[in-house]
Amino acid sequence: MGAVERQYRVPLPVLAVASLVLVTLALALVFFVVPNDADQGFSQRIFYFHVSIAFTAYACFAGGAWKALRHLWKRDPYADLESYVAVHQGIIFGSLVLLTGSIWARISWGHWWLWSEDQLVLFLVLFLFYCAYFMLRFSVDPGPQRANFSAVYALFGVVLIPVSFLAIRIAKHFIHPVVFTSNVTSNLPGSMLWTYCITQVALLVLAYTLYRIELAGKRLDLRLRELRLA
Amino acid sequence: MTTAEKYVTAAYCVIFAAVLVYVVIIALKLQRLERDVDELERRETKAEDDDRETISVG
Repeated sequence: MGAVERQYRVPLPVLAVASLVLVTLALALVFFVVPNDADQGFSQRIFYFHVSIAFTAYACFAGGAWKALRHLWKRDPYADLESYVAVHQGIIFGSLVLLTGSIWARISWGHWWLWSEDQLVLFLVLFLFYCAYFMLRFSVDPGPQRANFSAVYALFGVVLIPVSFLAIRIAKHFIHPVVFTSNVTSNLPGSMLWTYCITQVALLVLAYTLYRIELAGKRLDLRLRELRLA
Repeated sequence: MTTAEKYVTAAYCVIFAAVLVYVVIIALKLQRLERDVDELERRETKAEDDDRETISVG
């Protein structure tokens, strides 16, 4: 636990500025450039951020699982903390997916939540599964055992990501809109596709920036605890 | 403002608020860590001063 510094190629201030610029650009495109959707009207504008946040949450959970694998496989000394922070980011973005999705559902379906929709329920299962990760992690004393248990749990959870992603395509009712099919350009024509792509990049950069900030804080906290004990 | 516009605005406000709260929490935590670092530095300086005094007296 003594080694707490990992060198990164992109400095944190550069990432912070990049995420601010990209998120501002994405918001400007969503509200001032893209036209209203012919079918859903103005409410479709939620989807640029809702879908991007969902993919970002998946990326965070997958990143957490990758770091967990690195911990178990290579015994990477940084991997446990990185896996924990990635899962934490996934939970934050996952909460936003559920909140923005519920707001959209209220406009379009007249309900905040529909238990009959596999896509919604499977995402909730994925979200709750990773919420339980924290219960497991903090129920074990700090040390190698906690790191191993957490890593195995994070790896199991990653199986739910493709299930959650594919649920929308195998659902029987198709109430939830499907954007990413084999013919994505017909579902998202012109500026809509570009706006979505820029929003997705913006949110991935934002998530990575927040991940780096939280990781830096956690490492400093860990180092201070070690110094106090020394 | 139509109902759809109100809900879309609410959705984006939720996202903005969540990121803001997160950043505030992290900022507060970093402030606490800075205070802890200062405290440790003060302790270290005090310990060094005490050592010097002991040597000069001995």
